[in-house]
Amino acid sequence: MTALLARRHLLLTAAGAFVAVAAPARATPAIVAAEIARVLGGKVAQRGRVRLDVPVLVENGNTVAMTVSVPEKTTAKLLSFHIFAEGNPLPQVAAFHFGPRAGAPKIATRIRMATSQTVIAIALFDDGSAWTDSVDLLVTLAACLEDA
Amino acid sequence: MARALINVPKIARKGELVEIRVLINHVMEPGHRRDAMGAAIPRDIIHSFVCSYNDEDVLRADFFPAMSANPYLAFSTIARDSGSIVFTWTDDQGVVQTERATITIL
Repeated sequence: MTALLARRHLLLTAAGAFVAVAAPARATPAIVAAEIARVLGGKVAQRGRVRLDVPVLVENGNTVAMTVSVPEKTTAKLLSFHIFAEGNPLPQVAAFHFGPRAGAPKIATRIRMATSQTVIAIALFDDGSAWTDSVDLLVTLAACLEDA
Repeated sequence: MARALINVPKIARKGELVEIRVLINHVMEPGHRRDAMGAAIPRDIIHSFVCSYNDEDVLRADFFPAMSANPYLAFSTIARDSGSIVFTWTDDQGVVQTERATITIL
């Protein structure tokens, strides 16, 4: 009886795994572009000013240390950072809005990576400009998709 | 909701750049995983975080499922006046957790 149950459990697990694979595991480029365009609101992001630091080789995609900063002093005030991971099931990672009491234009956190991909940071400034930086990284152990 | 670790200096000089580090216990279930029986595990993440210093915003953050479990953040503020720094996390189940740190200007 237990052997039968174990077999049934195994079959169900296999079925579950199949469904997980069948579901969209990665956002399409169109969705990623649309999400980025929504944040930019018609502005064109130029490369520079903002700096994205993530390891190029990631062993564990469940916790990837990430730092976003504006390394050089700017006359314009930083409004927000927006982070995207184009290879995740949902491309948005986080948005950080800097308030009147914000200190240095810098944020450090930990994020999840489902696969090897490009991570994109966008910074919006109060002079209406938008800046971007991106990093291509390799992930050995993927996050998000394994069964619990 | 959960245990939160907050790291803010107790005292600071006026005008000093003060680093703030916070970490909170939370599963941050992304909502696209399945359990052993193949059933979808519902999404449960902290979707918003706010830090304010004497009732003025330092940082507001929107989180998506790509934030790691037990979300950690490091950022900064400028110590201008003595008072309280308040941290608020809100999750998908509507649980709101508020923590407070006090800072004294020398």
